Amino acid sequence: MIDSISEVNLDNKYLSAHSTVPDESTVFEGHFPGHPLVPGVLMIETMAQASGILIMHTIDFAKIPLLAGVKNGKIRDFVGPKTDLDIRAEIEHEGSGFAVTRAEIRSGGKRIANAQLTYTIMPFPSEMLQEMIKKQVAEMKKNAAGKSQTGLS
Amino acid sequence: MSDTFDKVAEIIADTSEIPVEDITPESHTIDDLGIDSLDFLDIVFAVDKEFGIKIPLESWTQNVNDGNATTEEYFVMKNLCAKIDELIDSKA
Repeated sequence: MIDSISEVNLDNKYLSAHSTVPDESTVFEGHFPGHPLVPGVLMIETMAQASGILIMHTIDFAKIPLLAGVKNGKIRDFVGPKTDLDIRAEIEHEGSGFAVTRAEIRSGGKRIANAQLTYTIMPFPSEMLQEMIKKQVAEMKKNAAGKSQTGLS
Repeated sequence: MSDTFDKVAEIIADTSEIPVEDITPESHTIDDLGIDSLDFLDIVFAVDKEFGIKIPLESWTQNVNDGNATTEEYFVMKNLCAKIDELIDSKA
C-alpha cells in the first residue's frame, strides 16, 4: 500500500510516507462497479503498514509488530483512483511486547482517515521474512529519495 | 482498598466491560474476570499511562511460560497492584 517513505524520525518517533492509488485495480471491479472507491479497510491497512514500519525502526527490525487492535478508526472522505495520499504514523506508547500508534492519511492537506492502532511485537517467524521486509522498506525509502532528486515530491 | 487497586479496577471495568463491583483483590484477571490477551494489552497500556510506568509484560509472560512463576503471582489483582506499586516506587 505504501509507495515511498520520506522520513523516519526516531527522536520524535514518527514516520512520513506516500502512496498513490493506482488508476486500475481488481479491487475497483467490485468496489464499486463503475464507481471505484478505495475500501476503508485498505486505508486502515495503509496506516497499519506505516505504523508497523515505524515500530520496526525503533527496534532495529529485530521483531515483527502484528496489528492487534484498531480504535477510533475514522474514514472521513472518499478516495478514488490516482489520489495522492500522505501517511503519517507516530508512536503513542512503547510497552513491553506491544506498542500503540496514532496514524492518519491526508490528501491535499485534508485529513482522510485516522486511527489508533495497537500491535503485539513478536519474533519474526523466519529470517527470510525479516530480510524480505528490510529489503522492501529500503526500497520504499529509495523511492522517496528518487522522487526528491527528480523534484517530484 | 488502595488507590492503585481502585484505579486499576476502574481501568479494567472501562476496558473490558466488567462491572467494577465484580473486581476484588482476590480476582484472577484471566481465570476469574476472563480478560483475554488483547484486552490485557489495552489494560496494560492504560495502566502504563496512568502511572507513568512500563509493566514488564514480556518478562512476566516469559517467567510463567518457563515455569519460573505462576499466573497468580502477576495476574491476581492484589499481586498485580503490588507489582504496579513497586514499579511506581522504583521510578521515584
